[in-house]
Order: sequence, then C-alpha cells, then structure tokens
Amino acid sequence: MASGVKPRVKVPKKASADDVITIKTLISHKMESGQRKDGDGNVIPRSIINRFVADFNGENVIDVTLEPAISTNPYFQFDATVPETGEFHFTWYDDDGDVYETKKKITVS
Amino acid sequence: MELSRRKLLALGASSIALMGLGTSVAFASKADEAIAKFTGGAAAGEGTLELTAPEIAENGNTVPIEVNAPGAVSVTVLADGNPVPNVATFNFGKLNASRSASTRIRLSKTQNVIAVAKMEDGSFQMAKANVKVTIGGCGG
Amino acid sequence: MGIKLISFVSALVFAGSAYAQDSNQLNVEGELFVSTTAAPSHMENVDTLYSGWHFRSGETQALQLDDFDNPGMVFIDQGIDLFGKVDGSEGKSCQSCHEDVEDFAGLRTQLPRVEDGQLVSMENLVNDCRTERMGAEAWKWSSTNMTAVTGLIGLQSRGMPMNVKIDGDAAPFWEAGKELYYTRVGQLDMSCSNCHEDNYGVMIRADHLSQGQINGFPTYRLKNAKLNSIHNRFKGCMSNIRATPFQEGGKEFKALELYIASRGEGLAVETPSVRN
Repeated sequence: MASGVKPRVKVPKKASADDVITIKTLISHKMESGQRKDGDGNVIPRSIINRFVADFNGENVIDVTLEPAISTNPYFQFDATVPETGEFHFTWYDDDGDVYETKKKITVS
Repeated sequence: MELSRRKLLALGASSIALMGLGTSVAFASKADEAIAKFTGGAAAGEGTLELTAPEIAENGNTVPIEVNAPGAVSVTVLADGNPVPNVATFNFGKLNASRSASTRIRLSKTQNVIAVAKMEDGSFQMAKANVKVTIGGCGG
Repeated sequence: MGIKLISFVSALVFAGSAYAQDSNQLNVEGELFVSTTAAPSHMENVDTLYSGWHFRSGETQALQLDDFDNPGMVFIDQGIDLFGKVDGSEGKSCQSCHEDVEDFAGLRTQLPRVEDGQLVSMENLVNDCRTERMGAEAWKWSSTNMTAVTGLIGLQSRGMPMNVKIDGDAAPFWEAGKELYYTRVGQLDMSCSNCHEDNYGVMIRADHLSQGQINGFPTYRLKNAKLNSIHNRFKGCMSNIRATPFQEGGKEFKALELYIASRGEGLAVETPSVRN
C-alpha cells in the first residue's frame, strides 16, 4: 500500500431532484512521474494514480484516465445530476495495484 | 484492379513521402500522434469545446485547467511540450450533465495545452491554449 | 544636479512598484482576513504591509480561498493524524495532554518568544514536548511530520493578527535579527532588505517579489508541492544569493524569525498559505 494516500471529497449534503451539483475530489498521492532521477542518476520509476471513477447509485458520473502529467495530489472538480437520494462512490486506482475508495451520501428532496 | 494513371501517381507520391519520413514518423509530433490515436485519424474542428488555462503559470508543477464540452462523450487533454503529451482523458457518464471537469496539471515548459472532445455524434472538436511556464527569479 | 538625478531614478523605481501588488480581498472560507495593514512604527522604510498573497497570480490566490482547494490542507490532515498518534516511551500522543488542538488558538501569533531566557520557535516547543514529555525522538526542523504539526497548530490561529513581543527580554534577540536582516551576505552580496524592503512588488526575472512576510507559514509551495517551514525558506533564500545558509533551528534564524515576524505585525495568520 502506498503510504499516506488519503482521499478527500466535497459533496453537498442536500439537493433537489435533478439538480446539478458540483463535486470536488482530491487524493494525497505523490504521482511519481517516471521522469525524475535519484541522487545516483537512476530513473525513479513511475508510480501514479492512473484512474479515477465516480459513480452515483451505481450509475457512472465520470471516469478519468490519469497520466503522469496530473499534478501531485490529483484534484478533480466536476458536476453531477442527482435524480434521487443516494450515495456517491469514488474510487482511485494506483499503478501498484492498490485501490482507494470513499463514499458520500446525499439527500435529495 | 484497374488503376488509372492518376490514382497510381497519387499512390506513388504518398508512398515516397512516407518512405522519406520513415515508418515511425508519419506525424509532426508526439502530440499529433496521440491526437490521431484518440480521433482515429478524423479531423477535429472548432466547436463549443472550451479549454481554460492561465496565460502565465506561476509554477509548472500545478497548473489549473478546465474543460467544458457540452455534448461530449469524452475529452482528452494533451500538452505538446511535455516529455509525454497525454495528460488525462475524461469519460463522462450518464449522470454528468455539464460535461465539464477541472484539474491541476504539470507542464515542463511553455507550450500548448490541447483538448480534444469526442462528441455524441461521433465527430471531434479541438481547443488549444498556450501557457507560458516561468522559472522564478529567486524562488530557487 | 546629482541629487535631482537620484530622486528621478528613485521615482521611477517607486512608480514601478506602485501598481505591483493587487488590491484583492483575502476571503478565506467566507471570512475576510487582514492582508494589508499599516506598518508598525519600528519599520522606518515601509508604510504599508502586504501579505505575500497579494503578490501571487490569480490562480495561486484562488487556491487559498477554500479549504478544500487549498493543497496544504492535505498535510494538515496528516497533522491531525500525527497529533493523535501515540509515539515514544511514555505511550502518549500530543492529544493525551492537549485534548483539543483548538486550545492552541493564539499561539502562532506570539512565536517566536522568549522562555527561560531562550528564544523559542514553535518547532522547539513541539520537540520539547516530544523529547521531555513523550519520550519520543525529536523531529527534524523541516520534516514532513514537523511541518504537518506546526501547520495544524498554526491553523488554529488563522485569521488572528500577528503580534510578537519585541521588547523586554526579547529585545536583544530582536536587535540581532534586525541586524541580520540588513546585512549583505553571499556572492551576490545582498541582504534581505535589498529585495523585500527596497524592491517588493518588482519582478525579479519571472518572480514577483513580496515583502517576505512569514504570517502564512508553514506554507504550501507550488514549487515542491508540500508545506515548507520558515527556516527552510530562509535557507533557500540564502542559497539563492550564494551565501552559506545558517542552520535551521539555530540562533541566527530564530533571531531573524523574530524580527521578520515583527515586520508582519497586524497581518492575519494565514497558515497554511499557498505560495509559489
């Protein structure tokens, strides 16, 4: 498990049906690009979050393929339509095989 | 197959051109190659796709960008001066109404950030923004 | 004739810096912060104080306005974890004694300060607790652990005005710091004041010179995508002018820290600020 990797998400707690809400997500990850060299001149191998998925009640909202050019601590802001009360499920996939997840509920009236 | 002289000449000309360039380099740059891979070779025109990036990036480490692509199924972002041009591809799901996304990217030097959107109807749109990346005077 | 020429040139210099910092308002999470204020009386050559925030590009400024967008907050989260983590032979965490980190409100505004005849910075206080009360090892001055915790503690004073004591037993340290501030060093033979007092607002190559305030430290720097301590920044500045830097945690940097903190009197603590 890559150490210190922590997701944070900002989702409104409430919304009206079919509102468009803004979601912000961040995950603390170094995003080692594979371009840097260590003190001995050896290339530090690439090790990044390569995919981020946001679903709501099982339906996909966004699916992002990340490359090394995404900054350290990948940040994404996007919109979602919420037809009903439910739960957002956020997943990040690491090059090293680890998967990080977090969920957020929203009440829709 | 019967080939008219015109067709033969055209074939000959393009194959000579390709021979001249070598098999690996049929594209002007790695970015062009990546774009062609995304579009399958189709042309990308202007449209409603918007790419927002700063004119001058205070630091190439963390450059905020935003893509806004009404009606798009997915948008790929490239940086034509980076060691590897691909930056990210946003695939929009059913519940994504605005087809927009913001993120922060790394730019190794002054270059163009390019967004290519694949629209619902299969067509492609492209937008470019030039970002100057500075090296601080005394930030070290 | 000579005097007229000099004043003409200095008028040009001032003209260059007049419009150099913006008049945007620093509104963090909906709260307006004092980011510009009248300079304290002990500063002879500066009338108005400006937070380093004013010298950054619009995009960088925007990152500090919202606690989610602020990239430094990821490290504050780590600080919260560290605060509650048991470490050392006594089986304690910071939280074992300091139940609520919010009790540290106000501390950042007063440091560095004199305790038992010694000038102490926040890093000293953290390490004193660790070594003397937790039986744990001291953290390196600018390590990820240390900046995460000094960041967390500094955050508790966010919005409060900087107000360090410079008289009484602090006076000799303050005088020493002031002398350092105005002393030219290094191959480039420059003092802190040459850039941060004489030329703030002016561009140095592609960098927009600030007044060198420290009210936002530890600060998240875009340059290295992490929190940076005050002494680490001093060290970087000295290296840039090709001087042999003083030691982080040493007496010179602590004296300098006190003096520079006093040059920010009245500015709101912005920890964790976002800078270049």
